[in-house]
Amino acid sequence: MLTVPIEIQILFAGILFLLGLIGLLVRRNMIYMLMSIEIMFNSAGLVFIIAANRWKQPDGQVMFIFILAVTAVEVAIALALLLQVYHHYKTLDADAVNKLKDYN
Amino acid sequence: MNIFFYIAAVVALISTIMAISGKNAIHSLLYLILSLLAVSVIFYLLDAPFIAALEVIIYAGAIMVLFIFVTMMLNVGTESSKVNKLTNPRKWIVPSILSAILFMDFILALKNVPSSTSVGQVVLPKQVGISLFSTYLLAVEIAAILLMAGVIGAYHLGSQKKKVTHRFLEKK
Repeated sequence: MLTVPIEIQILFAGILFLLGLIGLLVRRNMIYMLMSIEIMFNSAGLVFIIAANRWKQPDGQVMFIFILAVTAVEVAIALALLLQVYHHYKTLDADAVNKLKDYN
Repeated sequence: MNIFFYIAAVVALISTIMAISGKNAIHSLLYLILSLLAVSVIFYLLDAPFIAALEVIIYAGAIMVLFIFVTMMLNVGTESSKVNKLTNPRKWIVPSILSAILFMDFILALKNVPSSTSVGQVVLPKQVGISLFSTYLLAVEIAAILLMAGVIGAYHLGSQKKKVTHRFLEKK
């Protein structure tokens, strides 16, 4: 039985989420931004598993499976979009894709 | 007992920091895979071995391979063309040490953690499956529709635009 306090476990998940958030905000390369989103999804799933372990219910693990499905779809769509962006702009810089920006 | 959790957590944090601060995309992806494996060890320690296996198979095995395929297709990364960089020990000594620490952590945890199979103590994969297909049946079907939409959307976005020009309008 794991006897780590649940505060420490949640803190670990929170730090992981924060690292993903920092990576998303700081990096401008789209592959790195997607990786940061993956880290954040993963830490959210970790919180569900911690809760499932805390209350000994299967619902948390079920939710993690749904997060897994959502993540798979998100990555597939995002990588297809990324290929199209690279095809059009020849760069992966997120700031280069600004055709919707209002120039004035 | 708790030391396994802390070791895996430290490995996960270090490899995540290396992943989001790296210069080369492939190296960062490999660090990210290491981070996912460390989180998988934590899932095992949190009495969710089924989820730990799913994390390794789907996250580290499928999603990250998709990332690596796209990164290799785009050939980004400043030094990916120079093969000589691979033989530089500084590039692979840190992830090797982290992976070895994580592997030893997992092996020792497998040996020392008693596998509790009684129903009241731990949630078995069977309970997860029963709950998934009874209580959450509607959510499973919605997830199936989402996956279907993902397949169609990825196919539509991934297909290269064909130039459609009528043969009378083509310039000779």
